[in-house]
Amino acid sequence: MASPLTSVRSDTAPPPPVPTSRRRARRARRPGAWLGWLFAAPAVVVYAVFVLRPLLLTVQYSFYQWNGIGASTWVGLDNYRRVVTDPELYGSILNAFELIVFFSFIPVILGLLVAATIRRIAESRLAVVARTVLFLPQVIPLVSAGIIWTWLLSSRGLVNQLLDLIGLGGTTRAWLGDFDTALPAVGVIGAWVLLGLCTLLLLAGMSKIDPGQYEAARIDGAGAIREFFSITLPSLRAEISVCITLTVIAALASFDIIYISTQGGPGGSTMVPGLQIFYLAFSDRRIGAASALAVALVVLVLVVVIPIQRLAKDNTA
Amino acid sequence: MTHALRRRRAGTPGLIATALTLGSLLAVVGCSAPGGSTAASTSAAAGAATSAGSTATAASGPVDCGTDPVTMKAYFETGFPLPKDLTDEFTKQYPNVTWDIREDQFAVITQNAARTLADSPPDLIRLPQLSSLAADGLLKDLDGYAASFGWDAWPESQLSQLRVAEDGTRGSGPLLAMGLNFSMTGVFYNKELAAKAGITAAPTTLAELDADLQKAKDAGIVPIAQFNGGATGGLAFPLQDLMAVYGSPTDINDWIFGKSGATIDTPANQQAAQHLKKWIDAGFFADDINAMDYATMMSRFTGGESLFMFNGDWESGNLDKQMPGNVGFFLTPPVESGGAQAAMSAPLTYGIAAGAEHADCAAFFLNWVATNQTARDIGVTVGGSHPMGPADAYMPTVEAGSVTAQTLEAGAKVGQDNGAMDFIANANGSIYAKSWTPQLQSLVAGQQTPEGLLTSVQADYVADQGN
Repeated sequence: MASPLTSVRSDTAPPPPVPTSRRRARRARRPGAWLGWLFAAPAVVVYAVFVLRPLLLTVQYSFYQWNGIGASTWVGLDNYRRVVTDPELYGSILNAFELIVFFSFIPVILGLLVAATIRRIAESRLAVVARTVLFLPQVIPLVSAGIIWTWLLSSRGLVNQLLDLIGLGGTTRAWLGDFDTALPAVGVIGAWVLLGLCTLLLLAGMSKIDPGQYEAARIDGAGAIREFFSITLPSLRAEISVCITLTVIAALASFDIIYISTQGGPGGSTMVPGLQIFYLAFSDRRIGAASALAVALVVLVLVVVIPIQRLAKDNTA
Repeated sequence: MTHALRRRRAGTPGLIATALTLGSLLAVVGCSAPGGSTAASTSAAAGAATSAGSTATAASGPVDCGTDPVTMKAYFETGFPLPKDLTDEFTKQYPNVTWDIREDQFAVITQNAARTLADSPPDLIRLPQLSSLAADGLLKDLDGYAASFGWDAWPESQLSQLRVAEDGTRGSGPLLAMGLNFSMTGVFYNKELAAKAGITAAPTTLAELDADLQKAKDAGIVPIAQFNGGATGGLAFPLQDLMAVYGSPTDINDWIFGKSGATIDTPANQQAAQHLKKWIDAGFFADDINAMDYATMMSRFTGGESLFMFNGDWESGNLDKQMPGNVGFFLTPPVESGGAQAAMSAPLTYGIAAGAEHADCAAFFLNWVATNQTARDIGVTVGGSHPMGPADAYMPTVEAGSVTAQTLEAGAKVGQDNGAMDFIANANGSIYAKSWTPQLQSLVAGQQTPEGLLTSVQADYVADQGN
């Protein structure tokens, strides 16, 4: 299979005119390169059919008014205009940005503290237990996590019982059913889920740091805090950027936790773009508007995430 | 030149990826506007099926399931044993018919119905809101069957909610669905808790109900634990009951059915919304209703944690089993004793897909549900609601004093008073999740006024009609 392909390639390829490019050209002509693509072909085809095609179709649908069944009408950029003018639609985007605080900042900052602590007690059994317990949320399906937290945060749930116990009975409420607390409550669930992932990533990063550096610092008289800011933090730039990227995407594209715990309620106070897209497409049957919001969400995620990546790269360079 | 060549060669593998991407891009751009051609063929097929069905039923003798083996494709709602019990009994009586049943939650059916009807048309499907499906020609016109089975001789109020005219208004036009029975809502109460609160009889006026709610609260009992969380605003139940107390059920139906010029924002409905707000402010509802779902409401009521519950007779059989002898039922009382009473009362809607393979057999089944004695028994004892059918049809006897007996009696009263209304959440496909629910949750939180609630819902209703 590889040889006919190679021969076709060598027939059509002109000879390299200048010596400087010869090595590179030869590498491209090596049969291995073709073979590699042959192995990748099934994945490429699957990716094209199940990822690229839906993506492009979504872009196409976003220019139409369509109920998913009947005839569609070309409406140009009308659906996008609605995304930026309809408070119901851009409101959900604002909620998603508020969730970044819980899904991203808290897990990364707490994760750093926890990982630094675990590293210091690395030899003890406690470290293993802590790592396992913290990573557990990653293993549990988000839907189960959502259901468990719905019980914990209900008016008679464990959270309120604990508050009662320590004499804060006045603050108890149905956390997920209250306009002021529903979004932060959903955020807490997200923070709980993502803390383990960040901790583990950062812990892995810390294990790569040369122990000699810490030794040198200690000889110079540095304490734990000085060590953390002068050695640990700067060495973890790449890991932190991965954590922030993953958690920011999780916040902006959140769906499952919110669908299970509040379904966007009460009164739309926990509505996020992911859920809004779902309602637009399946309840309202406005496929065009749903697609436009979906495209806007993709662009938004890229706009937020690409600078984070750039920043991390510039600093390490 | 060198540079260009080098780039070209180095990019060869990338070229393949680009070509693939471009290929799929072209495949997309090459095709026409979404839904255009499919829709044309679907509605053409629907039209053909409809006329074929109608003429077949009118001309070619009896409509039944024949004697050859038939596998009926059905799509039912999870959590309700009634349809499954009926199909089991039907197979007992007609052994050549077997059932291939898919079950989902009602919310999921709502989201799937259109695509399911278009892509893999079932013979029998539990239907959500009708008019949006009717517009796309996805449902079989049942008028031909109605004529051959004599459904048109039944009380018209049973079927009118299932008719959708060409302009999308309901109440007239072709019959597009049938009911397995018709359900009705009212107020259930826990007899033991009522006695504890010093309540000796069901209230006969709205003022008495107000007083009973206060008595319960004074006795330290949660008067009502109504679900109102997530995407399902359960306060729509008491609100609509109050609307019927202050105004006319006909006006409410006109609005739900999409009659031109109908509005929900009327002075009578404002009084109803204000009354509901009064109940909220008085603390008659559990303080966590905005986080409460239907299942939690049921478990609180059956667990003896709240006195009243606004709910439907579909729970009668269940409550008779779980709290035998301890539950009473009454319709929301009128302002003045003896006044007319109304209730949300709608057929448990089932339809046949326009492209269904065994439409005749499905229609025969629907007729059997309404007319067969065993089927009517199942309808009452399992479904807890009144069966469809002629006014003088066989009625199973139910145990005196049971909730089921009380709800059936209340159903007769609503029939006499001509007070059946569809559910205000059924006005269009999105009004419940996107309008009533968030507005009612806002009302509980004090972020919306009763007047503002109705104005907002009306605005959403008008906007949806424009779409």
